[in-house]
Amino acid sequence: MKRIGVFICHCGINIKGTVDVERLTEELAQYPGVAYIENYIFMCSEPGQKLIKDTIIDHKLDGVVVAACSPTLHETTFQDALDEMNINRHQLEIANIREQCSWVHDDIEEATRKSSLIIKTAVEKLKLNESLIPISAPLTKRVLIIGGGIAGIQAALDIADGGYEVILVEKEPSIGGHMIQLSETFPTLDCSQCIMTPKMVAVNKHKNIKLYANSELESIEGFVGNFKVNIKRKPQYVDPDKCTICDDCTPVCPVVVPSEYDEGMSWRKAIYIPFPQSIPATFTIDTENCLGFNPIACTKCSDACEPDAIDYDKKPEYFEEEIGAVIVATGFDLYPVENMAEYGYGKYPDVLDGLQFERILSATGPTGGEMYRPSDGKVPKEIVFIQCSGSRDPERHLPYCSRICCMYTLKHAKLYKHKVHDGQPYIFYIDIRSGGKRYEEFVQQAVSEDGIVYFRGKVARIYKEADKMIVHGIDTLTSKKIEIKADMVVLAMGIKPNNSAEKVISNLKLNTDENGFLIEAHPKLRPVESLQSGFYLAGTAQGPKDIPDTVSQASAAAAKVLALLSNDEISHSPIVAIVNEELCSGCGICVPTCPYGARELDEIKKIATVNDVLCEGCGACISVCPSSAAQQKNLTDEQVHNMIKIYSYL
Amino acid sequence: MNLPYYPGCTLKANAENFEDSAIKVMEILDYQLNEMKDWVCCGTVFSMTTDDLMLQLASIRNLLRAEEQNLNELVVLCSMCYNTLQRAKQFITEDEENLNKVNDLMYKENIRYEGTVDIIHLLTVLKDRITFDKIKEKVKKPLSSLKIGGYYGCLLVRPKEFAIDDFEDPSIIEDLFSSLGADSIAFPYRLECCGAYQTITKKDVTIKRTYEIINSARRAGCEAIVTSCPLCAFNLDQRQKETAEEFIEFETMPVFYFTELMSVALGGGWDKSWSKMHYVDPRPILKEKRLI
Repeated sequence: MKRIGVFICHCGINIKGTVDVERLTEELAQYPGVAYIENYIFMCSEPGQKLIKDTIIDHKLDGVVVAACSPTLHETTFQDALDEMNINRHQLEIANIREQCSWVHDDIEEATRKSSLIIKTAVEKLKLNESLIPISAPLTKRVLIIGGGIAGIQAALDIADGGYEVILVEKEPSIGGHMIQLSETFPTLDCSQCIMTPKMVAVNKHKNIKLYANSELESIEGFVGNFKVNIKRKPQYVDPDKCTICDDCTPVCPVVVPSEYDEGMSWRKAIYIPFPQSIPATFTIDTENCLGFNPIACTKCSDACEPDAIDYDKKPEYFEEEIGAVIVATGFDLYPVENMAEYGYGKYPDVLDGLQFERILSATGPTGGEMYRPSDGKVPKEIVFIQCSGSRDPERHLPYCSRICCMYTLKHAKLYKHKVHDGQPYIFYIDIRSGGKRYEEFVQQAVSEDGIVYFRGKVARIYKEADKMIVHGIDTLTSKKIEIKADMVVLAMGIKPNNSAEKVISNLKLNTDENGFLIEAHPKLRPVESLQSGFYLAGTAQGPKDIPDTVSQASAAAAKVLALLSNDEISHSPIVAIVNEELCSGCGICVPTCPYGARELDEIKKIATVNDVLCEGCGACISVCPSSAAQQKNLTDEQVHNMIKIYSYL
Repeated sequence: MNLPYYPGCTLKANAENFEDSAIKVMEILDYQLNEMKDWVCCGTVFSMTTDDLMLQLASIRNLLRAEEQNLNELVVLCSMCYNTLQRAKQFITEDEENLNKVNDLMYKENIRYEGTVDIIHLLTVLKDRITFDKIKEKVKKPLSSLKIGGYYGCLLVRPKEFAIDDFEDPSIIEDLFSSLGADSIAFPYRLECCGAYQTITKKDVTIKRTYEIINSARRAGCEAIVTSCPLCAFNLDQRQKETAEEFIEFETMPVFYFTELMSVALGGGWDKSWSKMHYVDPRPILKEKRLI
């Protein structure tokens, strides 16, 4: 029989205040199997751990029960102590007499009795615990990153610089995401493209990065360290090796389509390169709008192409890649401005959303960076910005704060003022949230130097009279109705998960919150990992955030991946389900029950099997198994029965 | 086809032309507006002042009468009655306790109210049951070149739970008048409040509202305004007298009930008796457009 030591912690007065530890010690000393028992003020302290370690030697213990707080807090601490003494760490059991007893009771008699029972069950379980070693599995040292915005790019570069291969998949013809559309960035006002394009070029040149642009993830199978993915590359109909980017094709193309890059404020052709610095730098034909798929209708670009790079018959290509981990960086889209009928978006060309205004401010935008309004090309002299458009409105729109709108609106107003010195920007706001580094200084400077007028309140309605946009709002600080005859209105739309993210995320079977954002493993302590092993999160796919936070999170996700890849094998807890082959009838009920896809039927042996690496030891299959063939390591039916028996003696 | 109909007090007094024209128009469209029996005042503005139980009773008593008469819906013309009845209905359907309290208070009634009667505005009947396409087919005298501004006021679209159309950007009146051949103009102040009952105690408030609303319509190019609310019609039409006195440059604009112009367009004609119900004489514009 095992020689078991029981160590009861006072946790200051957290336990001792409600549980009579001395009486408990006396009583349990007599319990069968308990070779030694002791109590101490803080078991987790160095002296507490030393007490355990010394006792293991002095009393030749081969199992330890620590009666203390929840195992989520100090199980590892005491397991490590056992490791040091060369005792298998699975010979430790925690009896939680704090959260599950002393904290929730105030009667000392009752609490002491309950503690005694809890400790006894732990002793009974420990008696039959096996010594286990972690499960190991091979590890493919390559990473898939989904999304080629700043988050995906940063994570890709960090991992590639660390010496591991990256597969970067971007659905658009070029990487760059939304950041490449921006004019300048708050609070430093450095040009977005100037700081973005070097990173895009670096991705293109990096020997460790394989870029699939114009591509989508088709399917994924496997488990952490051992994924197989199928990537679909949509045809671009222009052979990048032959194309010399001479641009003879676009002038002859008869089809004009609103430009995605300019948010619909300029035109592009059906054969196009999204923007001058596109990576990869190749023309693409837009399948939906090109007439060339009917050769009788049009072959103009093909006729004009001297190197003969255009092939209308191209089909999608599929690529298999093996990878060990996935970073999801699918990014955001603006909340649909069409949902706010009261602001007249779509009806009035001079009501713009934030991204459209970025394009007007941008040197590469439709106006070449000059401040002209879309309707008649006049310079807007009065301009109204409306913050929280679609945000913080649980009744009708997004319930959350989109975090970036306060700052980008202020930046818009400031840049506008830099371009139109005699112009007047007005900003309607609910609160000014300027929590980032140097953000508040940016706000104060803009208010004092740039003459931006802030109104605390919301805008009720916008309509057009003559060539003015009449903005009706309220200033809640003075309770005055406000009417501004503006030349232009910019709606600081909130952000939501990217329109294409839902499909990707359901493909990966990841969890999202009620707003569609990816859920992190722990909101504070594990912010860049998914609960599903092998998946990491970066950027606005996880929640609204600005560029500095996005880049930080991307680098953090990269660090997590690098830590994973620095192992030769992946290690996994040995507390998994096992199948007694003699009892298993192969009914297969465990297979759909398993939430981790760890259960399969062995077609030859006609029994169910467990993939140790995928199994998280949740016990779902064990509870549904009709023949008790499924057992959990160190929590077998026999152990559970013995634990229950403690209570049946009552 | 018969439609159970709740008129409300104003339609029997200051807005006879509204009821008259509505009945006429519905007859042209093969519908009979059947006035329910034993109706009382909807309770009007008092039910909006607080949510005190007593104030809901007038409305609910009407619904109870309708239930007694086996009517499962009531068509309403007046925006105020529509709103008041809807609020009362919401009050008793959103919380069973409210329904019980109301029934307990009305213990002298023969039956307990069950909350089964639907309230429907005539505009909704025109749009959803008859459809504007059908109405378009029946147009005899298109309101061609008449520039009409539909005035919703507050009551047709607020609160949003029983707005008869998109509560931020409605188009039901514009769509109706487009189908009658008019030039429909969605003018900026069409959803603004007319001043409502302030017209009694703070006349100057209403005068200012009328001035702004009519001018907004004029700037947008409207030649006339249509409404479905006798109170709005009173403020926007009768108060133009004082508005013109206060603002010298103010130009008056005729205000119609939407059913009056429907009657003209659908061949029901213009009843002479309607003219005297208007402060701003509507006949010149109708003559100018060769509609009468």
